[in-house]
Amino acid sequence: MRRVAAKLAVFALTLLGASALIFLVANALPGDVAQVLLGTDATPSAVAELRHELGLDRPLAVRYLEWLADVLHGDFGTSLLSGDRVTDLMAPRIAVTFWLVGLGMLGSILVALPAGMAAALKRRRWPGFAISAAGQLGMSVPAFWLGILLVMVFAVGLGWLPANGYVPLGANPGQWLSHLVLPVATLALVQAAVLLRYVRSAFVEVLDEDYYRTARSIGWTPFRALLRHGVRNAAVSLVTVVGLQVSTALVGAIVIEQVFTLPGLGSLLLTAVAQRDLVVVQGTVMFLVLAVLVVNAAVDVGYTLIDPRQRGGRV
Amino acid sequence: MKKLQLRLGLALVALVVLAGLVSVVWTPYDPLRVVPADRLLGSSWAHPFGTDGFGVDIASQLLVGARTCLMVGVISVGLAALVGVPAGMAAGQLGGWFDEAVMRVADVVYAFPALLLAILLAAAVGASTATAMVAIGVATIPAFARVSRAGAKQVMSSDFVLAAKAAGISGPGIAWRHVLPNIAPLIGVQASVGFAMAILAEAALSYLGLGTPRPTPTWGGMLRDAQGFMFVAPQQALWPGGAIALAVLAFNLLGDGLRDLLDPKLREAV
Repeated sequence: MRRVAAKLAVFALTLLGASALIFLVANALPGDVAQVLLGTDATPSAVAELRHELGLDRPLAVRYLEWLADVLHGDFGTSLLSGDRVTDLMAPRIAVTFWLVGLGMLGSILVALPAGMAAALKRRRWPGFAISAAGQLGMSVPAFWLGILLVMVFAVGLGWLPANGYVPLGANPGQWLSHLVLPVATLALVQAAVLLRYVRSAFVEVLDEDYYRTARSIGWTPFRALLRHGVRNAAVSLVTVVGLQVSTALVGAIVIEQVFTLPGLGSLLLTAVAQRDLVVVQGTVMFLVLAVLVVNAAVDVGYTLIDPRQRGGRV
Repeated sequence: MKKLQLRLGLALVALVVLAGLVSVVWTPYDPLRVVPADRLLGSSWAHPFGTDGFGVDIASQLLVGARTCLMVGVISVGLAALVGVPAGMAAGQLGGWFDEAVMRVADVVYAFPALLLAILLAAAVGASTATAMVAIGVATIPAFARVSRAGAKQVMSSDFVLAAKAAGISGPGIAWRHVLPNIAPLIGVQASVGFAMAILAEAALSYLGLGTPRPTPTWGGMLRDAQGFMFVAPQQALWPGGAIALAVLAFNLLGDGLRDLLDPKLREAV
């Protein structure tokens, strides 16, 4: 339990540091909201007056602490350009990004687990080599290019699936699915290429273990032995890897949303950047970083609780 | 097998570097000159990769794109190594609270993928090649810090460091004479892998319009333009994407090849 507490303390510290970094970058740099609002030909005195009105002339530390307190209360700020609350802007979009990232990660596991097992079992023969080579190639392909290629084949060429856009699950489940197939496949394949490496090496390790050799010597097939003993042992390290991949999946989702014009958090963020709406950018980035850190902390704590070897104390 | 990866990686890296160097002195056409009459041409002897929606030669843009991505890679990875390696070495050598502090800061930065940092910077000061390089560089610092720290810890527990300490050599002296030469291969592997990631990140940023602005040719920017002509000229999207994949593959293979050459004891640190 003490280890869990220590990990939570590190989590809180990281969160504090991350929020400070976000706030600093968004607020301490020369680009100024007041200037953006008034345009480049505004007089300096008008800008100064607006800055005072918005409270931008107060010390940075005071503004940071206020913002942090708001965030901890679930208030991510209010856009100075549109007057919308950031949480209201994010609310309808969270589901889009959630489905893309969630289904994409699920898909990557469904691809990487069997492929990685096969690559480990056949590691000295050509199928193992071919799978590893495919993974190496997959790691090199940028997600947005893969997305464009999939659109060209399955939307433009074959006309099986829509090229872009989104339909909410509640509105029409069939349409929802058909609009998500290509983006999810894009994310899943890119993520699977990275995951494949870890799956392969986790199972290769199992192949050297005594319990695997024992299972083989009593007549079990390699596949059965790996399924019965390998998966459970490999799972421990894979849970960590999958947890760490949440952040790359989120970043991948931002780019993929752009390829397929999905109305998720990524598109909100990019629109806000184009308008230089700093409050929205700052709030959304904070939300994304918070999501990544929470998932990582949950995985970290869960891992400590699941794996007896990680509990410490008597070993 | 091991040598194959290294050789293939070296050959492909050489190809990309050559393309970048050639573009400095020569390109088949001016990569900025718009020729409306030559819009969306297919492959021909005059234009081996065709022309884009503005009538600009794609081969010329691909060459200049290699230069842009190499420049971003060199500067961002260099920045990351210059900050990350000394910080990681000091953390690994000194240990204690300093080690703890450095690693906590690394954790904070690690929570920010390059893309999120670049988005923040672009919102604050506007998107440019410089913001992309800073974002990618800063996001890569933790990787260098972690590798250097793990390597330094390993080296510090060796007998020759003990002997050097007994001989009265100072901490910085040991770092310079014993730790750095021994972890240099680790840093090389990390630099190669980091370079591959930097190319991917730069491509994603210029695809999103958050990196080097048009009309300067970048592979990501070319793909962004090509997507608009997907229905009339789909072949356009093939070349820049293929160039990115080739460059990333080159540095990934080089990194893996170098890793296989490493001393097995140090390999654990990467």
